[in-house]
Amino acid sequence: MTLIRKPFSRRSILRAGAAGGIGLAAPTIFTSNAWSAGYLNEPTGSTVTLGFNVPQTGPYADEGADELRAYQLAVEHLNGGGDGGMLTTFSSKALKGNGILGKKVEFVTGDTQTKSDAARASAKSMIEKDGAIMITGGSSSGVAVAVQALCQEAGVIFMAGLTHSNDTTGKDRKANGFRHFFNSYMSGAALAPVLKNAYGSDRKAYHLTADYNWGYTTEQAVKESTEAMGWETVETVKTPLAATDFSAYITPVLQSDADVLVLNHYGGNMVNSLTNAVQFGLRDKVVNGKNFEIIVPLYSRLMAKGAGANVKGIFGSTNWHWSLTDEGSQAFVRSFGQKYGFPPSQAAHTTYVQALLYADACERAGTFNPCGVVEALEGFEFDGLGNGKTLYRAEDHQCFKDVLVVKGKENPTSEFDLLEIVEVTPAEQVTYAPDHPQFAGGALGTCNPGA
Amino acid sequence: MDAILLQILNGLDKGSAYALIALGLTLIFGTLGVVNFAHGALFMIGAFCAVTLSRLLSVSFVTIDETRKDFLGNPLKVETPYVESWFGPEVGAAIIDWSVPLAILFSIPIMALVGLVMERGLIKHFYKRPHADQILVTFGLAIVLQEIIKYFYGANPIPTPAPAAFAGSFDFGALVGMDPNVIIYPYWRIVYFMFAALIVGAVFAFLRFTTFGMVVRAGMADRETVGLLGIDIDRRFTFMFALAAVVAGLAGVMYAPINSPNYHMGMDFLVLSFVVVVVGGMGSLPGAVAAGFLLGILESFASMAQVVALFPGINQIIIYLVAIVILLTRPRGLMGRKGVMES
Repeated sequence: MTLIRKPFSRRSILRAGAAGGIGLAAPTIFTSNAWSAGYLNEPTGSTVTLGFNVPQTGPYADEGADELRAYQLAVEHLNGGGDGGMLTTFSSKALKGNGILGKKVEFVTGDTQTKSDAARASAKSMIEKDGAIMITGGSSSGVAVAVQALCQEAGVIFMAGLTHSNDTTGKDRKANGFRHFFNSYMSGAALAPVLKNAYGSDRKAYHLTADYNWGYTTEQAVKESTEAMGWETVETVKTPLAATDFSAYITPVLQSDADVLVLNHYGGNMVNSLTNAVQFGLRDKVVNGKNFEIIVPLYSRLMAKGAGANVKGIFGSTNWHWSLTDEGSQAFVRSFGQKYGFPPSQAAHTTYVQALLYADACERAGTFNPCGVVEALEGFEFDGLGNGKTLYRAEDHQCFKDVLVVKGKENPTSEFDLLEIVEVTPAEQVTYAPDHPQFAGGALGTCNPGA
Repeated sequence: MDAILLQILNGLDKGSAYALIALGLTLIFGTLGVVNFAHGALFMIGAFCAVTLSRLLSVSFVTIDETRKDFLGNPLKVETPYVESWFGPEVGAAIIDWSVPLAILFSIPIMALVGLVMERGLIKHFYKRPHADQILVTFGLAIVLQEIIKYFYGANPIPTPAPAAFAGSFDFGALVGMDPNVIIYPYWRIVYFMFAALIVGAVFAFLRFTTFGMVVRAGMADRETVGLLGIDIDRRFTFMFALAAVVAGLAGVMYAPINSPNYHMGMDFLVLSFVVVVVGGMGSLPGAVAAGFLLGILESFASMAQVVALFPGINQIIIYLVAIVILLTRPRGLMGRKGVMES
């Protein structure tokens, strides 16, 4: 036995060579398909699981139920069932009706309760326990921003549902998050010219604003766009989100010399504040020689129903309405109407479209890897999904498309026929720069595949 | 001046609702010694009695109109309410229009039944338990009732308008010689206030001037002695529970046109009504009514833009702030008696 060991043995050289060979080969194994470098919840079997996170309880449960109906319809269509709905009118033909990338689409659902913490918890559970590859849905901007941040951290795609605050694709934008729904700025930009035509450029506006994120961005958007055309803003008052009786906020309007009331309210707030305003005779009032007018920047048919006859003649904006006559909208209304017996809401429309857009992006990217999906969706232009030509802008992951200005219908022919479309504002008119002050302060960051 | 007058008026209708709910709460607490967290749910069920009656009256038969199309392009189904075909279109439409006042009659038996079932079926078993148990079980019951209503009626508010005759608003300003159109107040809210005053008066008269009421008051003061005199006080207290349920229900029925009913409207009122009871004094009926109106009016004042500008957020905390001050200075509330909830 010697004290000096041989520097190299045959075996050690072989061992080193094998290890080195694996090391050299490894990058090519992992880069042979750029997007398969391992990502969170990669579907390995014959199915892929999507997570539908919608309010099933709480004040927006009815909207959540409509979103869920739309998702179920989307899954049916993606798997080749039913009449195919908007798959037949969608400009991209990547989807074949055989699931996504040949995998059958399955889904799990969560209940956001329209509470940020509950929504995060249900999204987390769907990602971790059920292996959801994508989370979508919701009916509140607070929830959307919270869940979007969670999906970014976790490394899955978030396809936002009904969220209208500028911040979702503004200061809180995330690389893994995408919004098809329109936003506060777009509502303001679309409404202003119509309001000017209808009510003139010499008006004094009084704002009642729900005291949370969405209320602020909507107030700012409507205020800026109406002031730009000559209106004056007399007063802006924040109302607590939990308020149910707005009489104490409505009566000061009577005392001001305002001749327009803008209700930056949604859901139950909107129903109650509008009902109260009408009860207090605001619409019969004449101020400064002009008829007093009320405006509801974000309209929803489900909500309009709650306000009953009070919505008649009141202007607002909406993302989509079932009475649109384009091919895509009609195809969707037909499949939805036949399955459920009533026309879909705008919440149902945006969520259905988001599910299709996600599936299509996966097909085009050839992978479920979030980074591949992000690349496929960024700058994607499409048509045939009910809003005309639409662009998923790369800079902020916001869809740019036509916005509908609507008015409460004077003589509804059915319980669904509550709003009439006054104008379809072209996309160019509601497009803004990605660094517009109302959206400033955010950065997408980089996509996170989660592994 | 006109702004102040308006806010007093505003406070009256909200105060009326608080007062009616707090009155029922106090009745139950004073007689049965139970803190009933399901009382807000009774208010909500009352409002849904109005919704239900208006739906029942609007039950329609369907005829198919080939000349018009529905949203899917099929022939339009035209719905005609049965009452309109039975009584003629005008009378039928008037009956539907008056569904909310009619719901007062409709709701009394229903609310009494709901109250009886609640008391006999569940709350009875908790008389001997600590207050904390009673609060938990009644709060749970409130959630169950809420979810049942949501299951059948959905989560969105349901518009339930007042009769067209009360649709407008009354010009107080013109009445007292001020500028017209400055102090206007919806007719229905005036009706609501008068209705609440009527109910409160009726309950007080009932307790004051009837033998039944006298026995109940005696039972509230000393249950054991009344029992020893051979009077079945428990049965009377059960009746009082049903009465309290009816009062809450009526408050709800008449409130339906003010704010479209939804399933959680009871919770919105419940917490505030408890504060009202505490401020008024546990077990004191006049205290509950007085505190109801007081807090309703204060809440309205605190919502004025000028006040909020001075003290941001005051509109959301005023009621609790007042409750703290009153409890610090008068620990038994405004009109609380000695010995209630003190052992």
